[in-house]
Order: sequence, then C-alpha cells, then structure tokens
Amino acid sequence: MLTLILILLPLLTAIGIFFIRERRWVRNLALAAALIEFGISIAALIQYFLYCHCLLLFRLEWLAEYGISLKFGMDGLSMLMTLLTTFLVPIVIYVSFGQKVVRPSSFYSLIILMQAGLIGVFTSFDGMVFYIFWELTLIPAYFIAGYWGGENRIRITLKFFAYTFSGSLLMLVAIIYLYFRTPLPHSFDHIWLYASNLNPGEQIWVFLAFFIAFAIKVPVFPFHTWQPDTYVTAPYSGSMLLGGLMSKMGLFGMIRWMIPITYSVLNRTDGLFIIFPVIGIVYASLIVIRQDDLKRFIAYTSIAHLGLVAAGAMALNAQAMQGAMIQMVSHGINIVGLFIIIQYIELRTKTTSIRELGGIALKAPRLAIFFMIILLGSIALPLTNGFVGEFLILLGLFKYNVVFAAVSGLTIIFSAVYMLWMYQRVMLGNTNAVTESFTDLSWKEMMPLIAIVILVIWIGVFPGMFMKLAENGVGQIIGVVR
Amino acid sequence: MTLLVTLIPLLPLFGFIILGLGYRSIPKSIASILGPGTILISFILSLIILFNFHYFAISPFHHLFTWLSSGRFSVAFDFLVDPLSILMMLIITGVGFIIHVYSIGYMSQDEGFNRFFAYMNLFIFFMLILVMAANYAVMFIGWEGVGLCSYLLIGFWFKNQRFNNAAKKALIMNRIGDLGFLLGMFLIFTTFQSFNFVTVFDQAKAMTPGSGTMIAITLLLFVGAVGKSAQIPLHTWLPDAMAGPTPVSALIHAATMVTAGVYMVARSSVLYVLAPETMEVIGLTALATMLLAATIAIFQNDIKKVLAYSTISQLGYMFLALSVGAFTGAMFHLMTHAFFKALLFLGAGSVIHAMEGEQDIRRMGGLKNALPKTYWTFLVGTLAIAGLPPLSGFFSKDEILAGVFSFGLPVWIVAVAVSMMTAFYMFRLLYLTFFGSFRGSEHQKTHLHESPAVMTIPLILLAFLAFIGGSLNIPELMGGSGVLKEFLAPVFADAVKINQLPHHNIPAGLEWTNIGVVILLVLLMAWSAYRRFVTREPETETRNFFMRLAENKFYVDELYDAVFVKPALRLSEGLHKVVETKFIDRIVNGTGTGIIKFSNTIRYLQAGHVGVYMFFMIIGILLILFFNIIL
Repeated sequence: MLTLILILLPLLTAIGIFFIRERRWVRNLALAAALIEFGISIAALIQYFLYCHCLLLFRLEWLAEYGISLKFGMDGLSMLMTLLTTFLVPIVIYVSFGQKVVRPSSFYSLIILMQAGLIGVFTSFDGMVFYIFWELTLIPAYFIAGYWGGENRIRITLKFFAYTFSGSLLMLVAIIYLYFRTPLPHSFDHIWLYASNLNPGEQIWVFLAFFIAFAIKVPVFPFHTWQPDTYVTAPYSGSMLLGGLMSKMGLFGMIRWMIPITYSVLNRTDGLFIIFPVIGIVYASLIVIRQDDLKRFIAYTSIAHLGLVAAGAMALNAQAMQGAMIQMVSHGINIVGLFIIIQYIELRTKTTSIRELGGIALKAPRLAIFFMIILLGSIALPLTNGFVGEFLILLGLFKYNVVFAAVSGLTIIFSAVYMLWMYQRVMLGNTNAVTESFTDLSWKEMMPLIAIVILVIWIGVFPGMFMKLAENGVGQIIGVVR
Repeated sequence: MTLLVTLIPLLPLFGFIILGLGYRSIPKSIASILGPGTILISFILSLIILFNFHYFAISPFHHLFTWLSSGRFSVAFDFLVDPLSILMMLIITGVGFIIHVYSIGYMSQDEGFNRFFAYMNLFIFFMLILVMAANYAVMFIGWEGVGLCSYLLIGFWFKNQRFNNAAKKALIMNRIGDLGFLLGMFLIFTTFQSFNFVTVFDQAKAMTPGSGTMIAITLLLFVGAVGKSAQIPLHTWLPDAMAGPTPVSALIHAATMVTAGVYMVARSSVLYVLAPETMEVIGLTALATMLLAATIAIFQNDIKKVLAYSTISQLGYMFLALSVGAFTGAMFHLMTHAFFKALLFLGAGSVIHAMEGEQDIRRMGGLKNALPKTYWTFLVGTLAIAGLPPLSGFFSKDEILAGVFSFGLPVWIVAVAVSMMTAFYMFRLLYLTFFGSFRGSEHQKTHLHESPAVMTIPLILLAFLAFIGGSLNIPELMGGSGVLKEFLAPVFADAVKINQLPHHNIPAGLEWTNIGVVILLVLLMAWSAYRRFVTREPETETRNFFMRLAENKFYVDELYDAVFVKPALRLSEGLHKVVETKFIDRIVNGTGTGIIKFSNTIRYLQAGHVGVYMFFMIIGILLILFFNIIL
C-alpha cells in the first residue's frame, strides 16, 4: 500500500499545484509534499526491515486481456532508488528557492510529476507499466530543460528528447517482443518476462534494444553526446534531476530488466559490452581535464563515474552489482551536492567558467569545506560514500576480468587529477575581481549541503543498511542469472 | 581493553572534529591544549597497551564493527595491536605529540592556527588507523587518509598556487601507488578469500615460494609503497611537499607517513619472503633511490630540500633492509630516523623562523652563536644521521649494513657509499648553516633570535631520543640484548622461518673491521666537507655538467611533464575537438537529419506500387533468414 501512496501522492500533488497561482503557496506546497513523501519512504523502509525483507507488493489487474497489471513493489533495489529519489527531490526544490523561477506552478508541478514518474520506474514490476513511467519522466524533463533552460535550449532539448525517445522506442519493441515469447497466456509481469523463451539470435536483438535504450539514458559512451549540452543548458533543478536521478533509470533498467532477461548474451559475448563503459571511463576522464565550464565539467565526470557503475552492473557477480547499486546512490547524492555548490557560485559570481574563478576558499571557508567533503566523496576516498561503491565494483570487476578492473581503476587516479585541478582553480589561490566580494554561505543555504554531507559520511562509515538493501535486491537478480 | 585501544585513534579524531567545527570560535589557547593534548593521551594509552601487552599478554585482536558486507564477503573494522603496531603507535603519538607542541610556537602567528591543528589531528587519526588495521581494507582507509591530510597540509597556505600544485602532485602520485595497492588487495582477496592479515598469512605459508600470484601480489603492493614512501619513479612529490609548514614536513614527510610503505612491507613480510623476485625488485629500487637522492641532496641549497632528499635516501635504506630480509633492521632504522629526521626538520624550522622565512643555506652561516640550542640539537641530529657512535643512527645503520654484508659485497659497498654521501651532505648543511660568517641581509642579521621554549624543548626532547634511541637494540656483538629484536620477533617469526635468502654468519672480527671502516669513512667525509665549506668561501665553487644535472634533480620532473602531462592535455583537447565533436556527435546528428531526409524520400515508396512493396518484402524476408542463420 505504501508503494502505491508513494506514487499517487506526487501525482496528485503535481496536478493540484498546477492550478495554484500564488507563488509562495506553490513553492511551499511542493516542498511540503516532497518532505511528506520522504517521510512515507522512511516508513516504507521501516516496514521493509521490520516485517518482511520483501516486496511491499501492490497489485491491481489493469488490462487483463493483455496481461498488464499495475504491479508495484519494493525490493531492496526499489527501496534504495526510492529513498534516493525522495531524499533528493526536496533538496532540489529547496535549492531552487534561491533562484527566480517564472511560472512557478508549472515548474514545481513538473518536478513533482517527475518524482512520481521516477518512483513508478523504480517500483513497477510490470514491463508495460515500467515503460509507461519511463516515458512519463521524459515529459517533465523535456519541459524543464526546454522552457526554463539557458542558451540554445530548444535545439539542445530537442536533441535530448529525440535521442532518448528513440532509445525508449527500441525498448518498447523489445518488451512487446518478449511479451509474445512469454509462456501462455502472455503477460508483462516481470516473472513472466524473465521466463520468456528466446533463441540465442533473438536474445541478441532484445539485448541490443535494451542496451541502447539504457545506455543512452545513463549515458554510456558512445551514446553520451546529448548529455553535456543538456546539463549545461538545463536550469540547476533540471541538471540535478537529470544527473542525480534520471541517469540512474538507465542503470536501474539494466539491473532490473536487461540483465535478468538477456544475461546469456553478456556471458556469450565475453565482456564485449563492458568495453563501452570502460572506454567511457578513460575517455570522459581525459576530456574533462580541459573543460572550462563547471556544469560541463560535472557532466563529463558523470559519464566517467557512471561508466564504472554500468561496467559493475554488467560484470554479473554479486559484489560488482551490489557496488553498482551503492554507487548509484552515492553518485546521485554527490552530483546533486556539486550542482548545488556550482549554483551558489554562479549566483554570486554570475559565471561558471573555471578560468574566471579563484580564491573563493579565502572568502567562503564554509563553502570550501562542503565542497571539499563532497569532492572527496566523488573521488572515492575511504570513509566517504564513493569508496564503498567503487571498491565493491572494482573488486567484482577484478574477479570478472583483471584488465577491465585495471583500466577502470584508472578512475582512482583520473578523478583525483581533474577534481583537484578544478578545486584548485575555483577555490584556492588568491581572489580576483570576480570573486573579491564573494560572501560565505548562510545557514539557510547550508541546510541542503549539511544533509548531503551527513549522507556522504554515513554511507562511507556505516554502509551496513544500504548494503543490506542492495544485497537483498541483487541476490534475486543474481539468482536469476545463475 | 578494546575500548582503550579504540580511544587511541578516536581521540585525535575527536580533536579534529572539535577544532574543525569551531575553527572560527575556538581561541588559540584552547586549540593549543586540545591539539597536542589528544595526542598526548593517545601516547599514554599506547604505553598502557604496551605494558598490558607485555606483562599480561592481552589479545592483539580487537573487533569494532562490520564495515562492508555482502554475502560471504565481509570486511570488519578490526584492529590488530601486536608489537609491530605498538611500535608504530608509540612513534606516531610520541613524535607526533612533540611536533604538535613545537607547532604551537611555530604556527603562533598564523591565522589558520585552528585549521592547522585540526588537519594535524586528522592526520594522526588516519596514521593510527593505518598501523592498527587488522586487514588490508582498513589499512587502505588509513593509507588514503594520510594522503589526503598530506594534501591538505602541503597546500595549507592555499593562497599560493605553487604550494597548491605541490599538494596536488603529492596526492596524484600517491594515488598512482594506491591503484597498485588496491589491485594487490583484490588479488589477495581472490587468492585467499580474505583481507585479514592473519588469515592471509596463514594460508600463504602453505604456498610454494616464487609462485606467480605471490610475485604479482607483492609487486602490486610494493607499487603502493613506492608512491607513499617516495621511491623511484614516484619520488618527485616529496621534495615539492616541502611547501607545507615545517612541522608538517617533520611529522608527515619524514617521521611517519612516508614510512608507511616500509611498515606495510614489514607487515606483509610473510608474503614478501615468498616472492624472492619481488625482493630483488625492492632491493634494486632501493639502491637506485638511495644513490639518486643522496647525489641530489649534495647539490641542493634549500635547507628543507636537502632534508627531503635525505629522507628519500634513508627510506631507500629501509627498503634495502627489507629486501635482504632484515625486517627488524628496517623497523629499527624507521624508528631512529623518525627521531633524528624530525629533529633535523624542526631544527630547520627554527632556523627558518629566525631567518624570517629564508631557506637558502647560501644566505645563512654562522648561526651557531645566535641559535645555540638549535645548533646543538641540530648537531646531534647530524651526527645521528651520519651514523657516528654512540648515537641512534649508528646502531640502526650498522644493523642494516651487517644484514646487507651477509647478502653480498657489491650491495654493501653501495650502501656504504650512500652512507658516506649522507655524512657529506649533512655536514655540508650543518657547516653552511651554522659555521663560518653570516651571509644574509643586514635586516635578517639584526632579527636573528633563538626560538621560544615551546619550540626548543621539543628540539631537546628529540635530540635526547636521537641520542639514546639506539640503545633499544644494541646488537649482541657489542654486548647488547637487542630489546627491539626480541620484542618484534613474534611478528617476523614466520617470515624468518620461510626465508630462503642466503645467510652466512660473519665472524666477529670482520664485523668489527667493517664498523671501523665505515666510521672512518664517515669522519673523512665530515672533514672533507669542513675543508670545503668552512675553510673556503662556499659561493666560489664552480659546477660542472654532472653537478648541474644533480642540482636540477636530473630533470625527472621535466621528463614527466613532457612524457605524461603534456601529452595527456593534448590528448584531452584532441578527444574533445576531434573524436567527440567531429566524429561521435556528427554521427548522432547525422542520424537525426538522415532520418528526416530519409522520411522525405520514402514518401515516394508509399505511393501504392505493389511491385515496390513486394520487392521490399522479399528483401526483408531474406534479411531475417540471413540473420537467423548467422547468429
């Protein structure tokens, strides 16, 4: 039941907010709804651990003759991703208060709608319903970036839309094809889809369709070229939603759908498809060194970091996949933290160009500390959240293939190189004309960063609960694969 | 007991948190109690642990909590407090405390006073985790953590981008090593299904020496040690790291962090003796590093740079000891080096303080009279590092040289040569700084002053330790009992048992002769340096090609810049401008526009010609058949 409420509450709030015109009301209502949603997800978490360690299942026949049912549930994977979503969305909304937003009712309505779509994606256990929510998230993402975005937003968001949408269509074809290969009477239920009977040739096509759809969403090299432009042009709230949450849809889709259904392709091709994300790690890490725009910089780091996650997900062993789940959470938290900091910097200096900044730490020691801790999280220092995930992924990859692990491990060096370079240019050194009158963070501004930093350290030092969730979810997937 | 053991690293962490959160509001007086105070209590607790361990034989295992777990895989946050760990803990907290006290004086005028102590406490925390860990994963926490603190403290004065570059370089070079360490850990895990020292070593004992896996594991771990302990080819960060405040150089870049690699190899001694090939690699690396660093040290003019290269060279000494299986010797030298090198750095700090920031020894001279306490303690440090009896360095070097001698004469000769070079550059440093006439500016001359008691008392304490530290392990040859050797024996027992390296017993007479020859050569060097740098005017020496090469550190930095940094930047640019925009993105955009064009074209296909439809249907069927057959 809680699962259903988690989807319905934002859906209804989004509709409600859309019709409210009072600016202040809209904002606060959106934030209140997001916070209540977070509370409900905590309740779901407690229920999960107290009662069953299992699916909090909700099931309603919908289009019975086609075997489509509204089947939502919470296993460890859904729980982790739902918690990430309900944790980040209030932060995204809260941080947007610092910026002037035109047409707030539409804006906040879309953000909340996005949340509904995301939770739907993460909790649906029916292939068709999964697809519907998958597409549902694209609509708010498109409008947020396209309407509230910056320069060239029309062209860039169109590319983003067309690219991800064509990927999604491939996935739709794959799901329908699978449906016809399920035992009679056909069904879109995940258990049936997992059990669909494909010959090796068909498996490759289905795999490719899923792989491309999910790879575009993450994005995985070489399907990533829509992403840097989109992150740059989207408003901060949009970039946070895209980088923090939407990118996880692709990875989640790989683990929930692609791998249990077509793992044999991964086995047969012997790591051929892991090469893409592994190349992406090195490729994006190299490109990022010379990026000047902070948002573009973060976009490329994201390709590198999520490349590692994708590689881990496809290594088909428990450690790597569990690490991938943890790393999805950590990356979501860290990238939102980084975007918040960049937003604060742009708000004060009117620029995101690394070259123009410098010496901010002198003026804003608080900002410098938060920035440093989140940065350490993203370069995977032990006792921060980034380490737990990367460590498990690399260990799992090492078991799978030593070369992949060694090449992916370069991220340890690269991330230190580019992140410290950026930090040095932006925060250290002496102030200049742009940063001279930089003011430090107020308590109000620090609130979301405090929440993020607490999680960075919590997951790093006591990852037990998160690992338990990931273990339960991954266990089932690995069970199917074996 | 577990509670007491846990408190040892937790107290500095507590100090870090308090000082970090209250960096603005906490007054300096409280920070100067809190910073060193937490370390002092940790030191006392370490002594209590030592006492209990020795007399009541308490268990060395302390379980805290499960850190990572996934199915059968689990990493516990456990401590292993055995003699090796206890020795390191005492060095870290003991020398750490003395340096903290010194810092109260040294940093008193700095506005980042609280921040400094916060970082220093955090460093002690991570360093303690490193040496107390009961498995490689927890060790890695400390391993990376000390790297972070080193980064933060090298770039402590972050207004200066040159310092920031040095800090960044240190962390990146460390991380190159860390990747090796990480991969080594993974290989350990896939081989032994565990990260635990005890489990791993127990299983390893049963393996045949020289197996490929064992060589790979030990080599990968050694890569980590090369990064952390600044050995060739990852040595270039340590001299740059001198950008940090001098107490940092003393604590992190001389006494503790840089010795982590030595500790790690000693800790893994069982694995290393099973991989003789790796031991050879370590030996060769150590020899090359010792020679190179000592050569460079002779031609440096920055007081801290000389000491930095000396540190690299002495670390090489320790690795040389490890490579011949003289594990106790390595740890012994690690300890005495911590005393005298910390002393020398703090002395240098006192000099720099008096010279108002001047670090060039060509502009010093004659400071003996103005800074008597600093001079006398510095002299003790110099004699100790030169290896003159009865100071600590004599005993630890002698033990290593004895170990090396039984291993092979050529190696011994190189080690003795480095020992001579050490004496030469250290006496050169001593003479140029404290002897002769003052060569600085008039302004500096009038401001020369001895440092306050808060700085000189730590110097005296360290000088005392550097003087008598050797008595902990006087060899049997000289009628000692080898306390340290006995204390550490249980840790290295397994390794010694397995060790396949050739070992001859040297007759006592020959050993005495060796010792005598080395002492004579060292004295000769001291005398030669005196002739060169005190009697003659130092500015007048002309430098030949080789000297200039050494002065410029053999251009290794420039080489790395040309081979790695510049190409990487160019590659980055190229990937972005060519591959990304002109290739990948063009295909994507091309597909987009292509579809539009294509859809314009295929409109004609839907004009109702049955023949066209038939044609495409057949092609389609053929394609499906084709793919079904080949796939």
